[in-house]
Amino acid sequence: MAVKTLTINGEQYSAQEGESILSVARQHNIPIPTLCHLEGLSTVGACRLCVVQIEGIPKLLPACTTKVEEGMVIHTANEKLNKYRRMIVALLASEGNHVCAVCVANNHCELQDLAYEVGLVRVRYPYLFPKKTLDATHKDYVMDHNRCVLCTRCVRVCDEVEGAHVWDVAGRGINCEIITGLDYAWGNSQTCTECGKCVMVCPTGALFEKGVTVSEMEKKKGFLKYIITARQKKEWVSISND
Amino acid sequence: MTLEDLQELSEKEQQRQSEKKHRILYCSAAGCVSCGSDKVSAALKAKIKEHALEKECEVIGTGCLGLCGEGPLVKVQSDNTLYQNVDVQAAEQIVESHIISNTKVAAHLSDMSAPFFASQTKIVLENCGEINSESIDEYIGVRGYEGLARAVNEMQPAEVTEEIRKSGLRGRGGAGYSTGLKWGIVSKAHGEQKYVVCNADEGDPGAFMDRSVLEGDPHRVLEGMAIAGYAVGATQGYVYCRAEYPLAIERLKLAIKQAEKMGLLGNRILESQFNFRIDIRIGAGAFVCGEETALLQSIEGKRGNPKPRPPYPSEKGLWGMPTLINNVETFANIAPIIRNGSDWFSKIGTEKSKGTKVFALAGNIKNTGLIEVPMGIPLRKIIFDIGGGTPDGTEFKAAQTGGPSGGCIPSDHLDLPVDYESLSKVGSIMGSGGLIVMDSTSKMVEVAKFFMQFCMDESCGKCIPCRVGTRHIYGLLDKISKKKATQDDMVLLEELCMMVKETSLCGLGQSAPNPVLSTLRFFRNEYEVLLQPVETYMGEPGVEVNFEK
Repeated sequence: MAVKTLTINGEQYSAQEGESILSVARQHNIPIPTLCHLEGLSTVGACRLCVVQIEGIPKLLPACTTKVEEGMVIHTANEKLNKYRRMIVALLASEGNHVCAVCVANNHCELQDLAYEVGLVRVRYPYLFPKKTLDATHKDYVMDHNRCVLCTRCVRVCDEVEGAHVWDVAGRGINCEIITGLDYAWGNSQTCTECGKCVMVCPTGALFEKGVTVSEMEKKKGFLKYIITARQKKEWVSISND
Repeated sequence: MTLEDLQELSEKEQQRQSEKKHRILYCSAAGCVSCGSDKVSAALKAKIKEHALEKECEVIGTGCLGLCGEGPLVKVQSDNTLYQNVDVQAAEQIVESHIISNTKVAAHLSDMSAPFFASQTKIVLENCGEINSESIDEYIGVRGYEGLARAVNEMQPAEVTEEIRKSGLRGRGGAGYSTGLKWGIVSKAHGEQKYVVCNADEGDPGAFMDRSVLEGDPHRVLEGMAIAGYAVGATQGYVYCRAEYPLAIERLKLAIKQAEKMGLLGNRILESQFNFRIDIRIGAGAFVCGEETALLQSIEGKRGNPKPRPPYPSEKGLWGMPTLINNVETFANIAPIIRNGSDWFSKIGTEKSKGTKVFALAGNIKNTGLIEVPMGIPLRKIIFDIGGGTPDGTEFKAAQTGGPSGGCIPSDHLDLPVDYESLSKVGSIMGSGGLIVMDSTSKMVEVAKFFMQFCMDESCGKCIPCRVGTRHIYGLLDKISKKKATQDDMVLLEELCMMVKETSLCGLGQSAPNPVLSTLRFFRNEYEVLLQPVETYMGEPGVEVNFEK
């Protein structure tokens, strides 16, 4: 594989052919906010938080799905990008019913972290207060659609890693919702293996374990790296949950 | 079947038609069917039978005759007479007076020398209104499948691609990418299997170009696809048609069956080594499935969600294989280019936009219907000469092209030549060919709101800017139209539009703010008069607080 050299924020880096811009940035601790992306799952380029400016390309492109090319000159942050990222997080906050003070994931929530990261202090859009449901039919877990940001990590981890494909997306546009099977109650699902992977990859308090209360739901994402390295490299790595 | 057989069939068919004294064509496209052309055709046939004229006259269902607003339409081909607003009574009169006693029925006569007919140049629609849309023989009679025969027998695949590239044909789906270039990329891409896909998921409100072509001349699209398959090395084609077009699907199915039976599709086409099969895939009515990556997902049986590009479908498309996707109208242009040569085609149109474009005229315009004009024709000519201007003499205000992805063009730009570059310069797009005319009674904020509601409802929900952004833009437009908004909301609106345009994943989101941005550009005052003065926004007036108590 050929090696490519590229410029990110004025500094030169090398990367392997086929690598994404995000992957190079992560290796060199260049911060790019992400939400739908999770190492170990397929990339979908849906949240648009990781959009970057590439010189010579009029469009903004997502760092997660854009492959590096020789001589690329990339800017991962500027006034416009920061503004757009802030707007995207604000849109997410206005879309659901996110109330940190009573949320199981408070202080362990990626949406919360993102709001700090992009510097969101005020949501200027009217809150939509959608009427969403909560599915507590599963014996171990709960799905609270009020807190779902539709990142589809649960859909992907269940399909790609567990191989069960319990979850999918139904509806269109603003009415999209994650569903179990063909829109059954989760507790009645015949395909759910109760592995809990979906709960652990969920960035917010939408999926959580029964029995936890405010701020207690800490997600353990290290398992994904553990499983994937074991499958690909036949090696067992120690789990670190960061 | 060889080229010679085809030519023999063609002559035989022409001979058969010339033996008929009269060919009476009634429009059997969806527009006229919906206003009763079935009853008209039954009346025509009954009268012909009553007078025992079946041998010398035939009554035929044909494709769109163009003047949809005046349907049902009936045409007597022998002396090129068109009748409009034909009902059962008029149909009987046509037979009794025109056919039998040779006196035209003046009350329903349509003026064929009017600019509506005279200013058009027909390539894509040349057979619509001339041949029976359900007969392969009649299609062969007008040199149908000759292009395919010439391509597979006399040309190398690379020569076909080069011919299309030289013709300057650009994609008619809206973006205007060079068709020959796209074919070249697919033909050079590596893959065990390649696919040709025809995008017939026409979803813009007020657009019916593709439907009319499929209903009126389905063989032309199949022939174009087969030539494309030969050029790029594909053996399988799919027509992705929306379920709202039942008549188009029915005619396509029939056409595929007829072509397979005659060895014009299937294995060893025209006794060559070339195999090509076409199947129909029916969409469930999602607008976003007209976006190519979402369309491919839908063909694969998945939820119609777009995917980030690159990789483009021409490298990794259907089931990961190189896939050529073109619009119905693009494929309909292929056969005439191969038949008549690229030089003939490139003489029509402007320097950068070659050939013709089909437009569906709708809205506040006298002649609602389907037209085909050479590229570069001034917008004024389309609207005032061909379209006849606004009805009741109201003042023209703007023309909307490109549907929910396009923009409004105000009267100052009426002399704009209609081609890809000029339209994008004024903030609109060529689009697939919907052209909605608005007069002084139209409110531009309402127009923007209508299109934004459409985009909001049709967003797939995958990416955040489009899913939530379109919802808030709609909310802001609603607030403005109800006179509850302030200058602050205008700032929010413009910011959101730019953000949705720049960060959305697919073409739907990236172009969704266009109707708002273009109406803001040309009709900003219509927004501003609806805004609340800032004072009332700061707090309820007249509330006094007495601190002394």
